[in-house]
Amino acid sequence: MKFPYGEKVLENFKNPKNVGKIEDADGKAIVGSPACGDMVAVYLKIDPKDHRITDIKFESYGCASNIATGSIITELAKGKTIDEAKQISWKDASDALGGLPKIKAHCSVLAVEGLREAITNYEEKHGLVTEKRPTTEEEVKRRLKNVMNPLTGLDVIRGNLITSVKVEEGTVTIWVDLPENHIFAANIQEEIKERIETLWDVKKVELHFNPSTA
Amino acid sequence: MPRIVYMDNAASTRLDERVLDAMKPYFFDSYAVATSEFGHSMGIEAKETLADARSRLAGLLKVNAEEVLLTSGDTESSNLALKGVALLMGEKKGKHIVTSRIEDFPVLNSAKAMERMGYNVTFLPVDREGILDLGELERAITKETILVSIQHANQEIGTVQDVGAIGKICHEKGTLFHVDATHTFRRLDFDLGKMPIDLMTFSAHTIHGPKGVGGLFVRKGTPLGKWMDGGFQEFNLRAGLENIPGAVGFAKAAELVTSEENERLASIRDKLIARLLSEVPETTLNGHRDKRIPQNANITFHYVEGESITLHLDMRGIEVSTGSACFSRSLEASHVIMGIGGNHERAHGSIRYSLGRFNSMEEVDIVVGAMKEVISRLREISPLRKEEKT
Repeated sequence: MKFPYGEKVLENFKNPKNVGKIEDADGKAIVGSPACGDMVAVYLKIDPKDHRITDIKFESYGCASNIATGSIITELAKGKTIDEAKQISWKDASDALGGLPKIKAHCSVLAVEGLREAITNYEEKHGLVTEKRPTTEEEVKRRLKNVMNPLTGLDVIRGNLITSVKVEEGTVTIWVDLPENHIFAANIQEEIKERIETLWDVKKVELHFNPSTA
Repeated sequence: MPRIVYMDNAASTRLDERVLDAMKPYFFDSYAVATSEFGHSMGIEAKETLADARSRLAGLLKVNAEEVLLTSGDTESSNLALKGVALLMGEKKGKHIVTSRIEDFPVLNSAKAMERMGYNVTFLPVDREGILDLGELERAITKETILVSIQHANQEIGTVQDVGAIGKICHEKGTLFHVDATHTFRRLDFDLGKMPIDLMTFSAHTIHGPKGVGGLFVRKGTPLGKWMDGGFQEFNLRAGLENIPGAVGFAKAAELVTSEENERLASIRDKLIARLLSEVPETTLNGHRDKRIPQNANITFHYVEGESITLHLDMRGIEVSTGSACFSRSLEASHVIMGIGGNHERAHGSIRYSLGRFNSMEEVDIVVGAMKEVISRLREISPLRKEEKT
């Protein structure tokens, strides 16, 4: 039989390591690919003393390369300090998997982004971000570009799901063009909050859904 | 190596040995070009063989042999239909073509190529099950419309259009009608001679015939320009050496499809659909429940991605296809699933099972068993909708 991937990719796809969720994660992120609609979630447990990754898990709504990269990246990151883990590149992941098809770069790079975002999430939550710029609407929108709508395969900014953003005295208000009972509303809401709440000067995130699109 | 369960027959089929047996003499014993009636004897034999294959195909379609052109496949047939009509009618009548959003690539991309050549193309929407709205069609046809091209059945979701009613509207409004019947030829029983259809694409590779052989029915009197220039073959409408073993194989393959076989495929399809929908949670059937070709099932398994499904199945010896963006070379989600009002998520987890002669009822058990295992495994990995997973 002739499969479209090498043995290491297939092995990590068939039996992915470190799959699942960490309920009380110290850092976490969900990232998505606007090119094909794949999504990856990364969860971290970090030792506060030396900022070493003691546990890492991932979840994937994606293709074979995406799952295999999620598996290998978690293996590579486990036991490393967050500064070391931040250095892990797509090339490191691809090399560890014995090479990935070029056309699949964007689905596999996602896991790498997921890891970096989860580390950023940890750093922000634990006051490790040294550069403290006030949060702007632009910064909020930039972050929301990583929130995917699985229905369109686009992020919520490009997919015009965010109608308006307001930042005022520590409160970020976001208007979402979705009904509250929409099938992915809970996913999207959770993700938006996670990405914005960690900003150092944000005290509250308020989401407004659009009842008229129901 | 596990036993192979091949359910990708819409992409192409395994050749039937009886087809190969019928073709063989025309590779080794009688291999001349079909000549004029004044040629040498082997050439005359080739000419008669070609005429015989053509008339057998015409007989099955209930049309005249002179109305059947042989081509290199359904892609060429549909290109010839669209561009050939345009060649004669574009200047004379107008530059408007009507088709649907869910056509297969030969029609869809021919229409898009014609847009670039200055034609105006209307891509009609379909409903949530893939059915064309006849009222919309009627409104779309103008005095400038030279051709309406609508598939008989869809390549991905298997939905069958009412081509009789569509043709009637086209003829009432004075426009020609082309049908892409790649997935219905010999699988649905219909009397083409009596149908209001001017041109029809059909193919050998979907019915266990040879690859690279197709046909275009051209009703007598239909204006069709020649765009493949060269010799005078195929009633001077399509130049190029005739594929005589291909033509013989095509006729044989067409004759081997029986209504009993189609009923058998429909019962395998029905069992597959019923079991997958009831035994795997969170699924959606794509396409129409009843207006569906006997050999197609298409189901979305929510919260998981199609390429991951097909690779897991492949490792278990099961060959199917998916409408996921990750599976396509262009990284675009299926235009058919999007066209029936589906979204990216629905295309992402859609799986097409297309049946053929060599599939059996017991393979349904193998496939359903594998699907349950693969889907639950992938859902365990998926970050979407944890609470509803089973």
